[in-house]
Amino acid sequence: MASRKFFYLIVSLCMLIGGLMTYHRHITFEVPWLPGEKRQIWSIEGKVELDAVGEPVSVSLALPSTQQGFTRLTETTASLAYGLSFVDEPGDYRAIWTKREAQGHQEMYYKVDFLVDPKAVDIYQPEAPQALYTEYPEPYQTAAKHLIEQTQQLSADAYSFTRELLKALSDASSANQNTDLLLGYKPLNQLTVELLNNAEVPARIVRGLSLEDGRRRQTLTEYIQVFQDENEWQIFDLATGQQGRPGNTLLWEYNGNSLLEVQGGQNSRVSFSMLLQDRSARSAVAPKIQRADLLNFSIDSLPLEEQALFKGILLIPIGVLIVVLLRVLVGVKTSGTFMPVLIAVAFMQTSLVTGLVGFLLVVGTGLIIRGYLSHLNLLLVSRISAVIITVIGIISIFSVLSFSIGLTEGLKITFFPMIILSWTIERMSVLWEEEGPKEVLLQGGGSLAVAVLAYLAMNNEYVRHLTFNFLGIQLIILGIILLLGNYTGYRLLELRRFSPLANKDD
Amino acid sequence: MFSSFSSPFKLARKGIMGMNQRNIGYIARYNPRKLFPLVDNKLKTKIIAERDQVTVPQLIGVVRTQHDVNSVVDILRKHPGFVIKPAKGSGGKGILVITKQEDGNFFKPSGSVATEEDIKRHCSNILAGLFSLGGSADVAVIEALIEFDPCFEGFSFEGVPDVRVIVFQGYPVMAMMRLSTAASDGKANLHQGAVGVGIDIGTGKALHAVQFDRPVSEHPDTGRVLSELAVPHWERLLELSASCYEMSGLGYLGTDMVLDQSNGPMLLELNARPGLAIQIANGEGILPRLRMVEKLKRDGIEHSPQERVEFSKQQFSRL
Repeated sequence: MASRKFFYLIVSLCMLIGGLMTYHRHITFEVPWLPGEKRQIWSIEGKVELDAVGEPVSVSLALPSTQQGFTRLTETTASLAYGLSFVDEPGDYRAIWTKREAQGHQEMYYKVDFLVDPKAVDIYQPEAPQALYTEYPEPYQTAAKHLIEQTQQLSADAYSFTRELLKALSDASSANQNTDLLLGYKPLNQLTVELLNNAEVPARIVRGLSLEDGRRRQTLTEYIQVFQDENEWQIFDLATGQQGRPGNTLLWEYNGNSLLEVQGGQNSRVSFSMLLQDRSARSAVAPKIQRADLLNFSIDSLPLEEQALFKGILLIPIGVLIVVLLRVLVGVKTSGTFMPVLIAVAFMQTSLVTGLVGFLLVVGTGLIIRGYLSHLNLLLVSRISAVIITVIGIISIFSVLSFSIGLTEGLKITFFPMIILSWTIERMSVLWEEEGPKEVLLQGGGSLAVAVLAYLAMNNEYVRHLTFNFLGIQLIILGIILLLGNYTGYRLLELRRFSPLANKDD
Repeated sequence: MFSSFSSPFKLARKGIMGMNQRNIGYIARYNPRKLFPLVDNKLKTKIIAERDQVTVPQLIGVVRTQHDVNSVVDILRKHPGFVIKPAKGSGGKGILVITKQEDGNFFKPSGSVATEEDIKRHCSNILAGLFSLGGSADVAVIEALIEFDPCFEGFSFEGVPDVRVIVFQGYPVMAMMRLSTAASDGKANLHQGAVGVGIDIGTGKALHAVQFDRPVSEHPDTGRVLSELAVPHWERLLELSASCYEMSGLGYLGTDMVLDQSNGPMLLELNARPGLAIQIANGEGILPRLRMVEKLKRDGIEHSPQERVEFSKQQFSRL
């Protein structure tokens, strides 16, 4: 009994670890459960332009990072003979292009892919700026003071103060003398930040890119970032006064750094174009997975060629599971326990119909030739060797024939495992002699049916997706097979076999 | 089509054993793997049977090498009837029966002729592993022909009828007789169309008969009424099969017995993986009987072979 407990412990461990691995991969790397799922990716291209004046040129562009709602995937840059370096300090991620000497119009490109990712969070927490007091000349000083006092009376904290201030500044209908005066003195963005700072609210201007598919030559939109305390901040829309991050907007820079710094050039500007792509979820998250560490055991870390090989190998447990299910639960007779799996693997390469026709042709012809060989009364090893060579002959002839009549499909016949085919022919032939053609049809048909079922399972888009992406599935299959190895109930076909017994009167 | 399927609960209630349960609950549990060669190799079975004085058909000779094949006919000339079988054969494959010799020719039970060359080729095939599991090399065992009891006249078509007794932990739990038919080509394999007749453990008389898993009342070729079948020397046959437990060490065992006209019951071969058709032939599930024996063992009761036969005759009799 102790061994039984141990058995169930192993099975539950297999299932548990497999399940956890699978779940972990789904959660951490967002590998979706279904293959058809699409994920949205924004491809954004920033273009820096300037006119160089024949001096050393240095261009420093603030770059966006993974933030709430968006995960940064790949980034590339392009420029004409510029040296490039990335500076990645906390809260200040920049690309710096440098060149000893440049003359005339210069262009630099920065391209980045962002995954629309509801689970993404800000990787940098911006620090609150100092609220510096700005002294205005009269009459603006009085107007500002008055406006601040007025707004403070209507508000409770930094956010409500900002809301009220933006409302007062934008509300044209209430035509306040003070706001008209102030807006005539300074632009809205600068004025808002200075008024906030004068009211001892830390705030600054940040820049966001409003994402719209297919737009070109866009510029960044300015927003106000207001800090409630050291770590808590909100974004306010200057135009509407709306609080909170604007929808579909990527915050390009929100750490109080300059967007673009240029030395040795004039008329510098940066513009953006963007494109929305629907990619299969798998390829969308692929770059994310590739950055994974050793702990994240995955075939993605292998070279592409080995990956392709592994994808085939990882499907074999599915075929094996089908065979176990059909033999243990249904009771199908097959010739050779796992021969159907190997045939199914061959079907994967040839496609089903070609595979079936090819299989029947080769085995049928092989059986006829094997029938003659049995008259020669040969020793077993020689006979099977002869069958192997015959099978190779048949395959070659069928390939050449089908190719010469223009059926390139026929060439796929070479994917069949020849040794397996030879053994199949040998077994069928012995079966024919001993048990008659009925048993050959039964076992041959059973094997083929199992092979077709295994093929359908292994070729299923969902099954392939799951086995490729979740190695934990293998452990779960192992657990199921172990459990099935413990099944003592009736097989489906036994229910029919024993039915005369069950219906017999007591 | 689905009306021919019965509910698994109904089968379980009737105590019918399925293949999975047989494999896990009985063969894997009671038959140690290392003992399998003793029963899978008929020569080894014969040797341990003779050691334990279990009656077996007389051994005429063993052909072990291709060289022996040339001299085999000289030995066979001295015996009018004999059987050549592969030591590791299964399911009755590769068994050649010769009933008489005339003018240097050998005659099969069907009356067809086998030449010297045919005999030699058959031996070569056995040596090459044609009939053994997985095609491994084998030896040919030559036994004296069993002259089967005339009381079975008309119950069998061409072949020798044999009695299969399932012996569990030394207790004979269920028995059936296998009668060859024209459909089974003289072979006693039920799946090839032989008739299986359930035999009452208490009396040795026929209970119920099936062919192709469906009930029959008469032999399909000879027309004899199967319910008239009664196995002679039944007590002796049961004791012989019960003693195979000690001999082989296998807890769940199929013993194939034949009845020789002069020597009485004889052990033909043992089977470590006896099939399930015996339940259909008996019209009864085997599990209640197996559980009864298991309970006996749990209670720590030990019986001698004679006591075991007595127990079985009392408990498992249905007539």
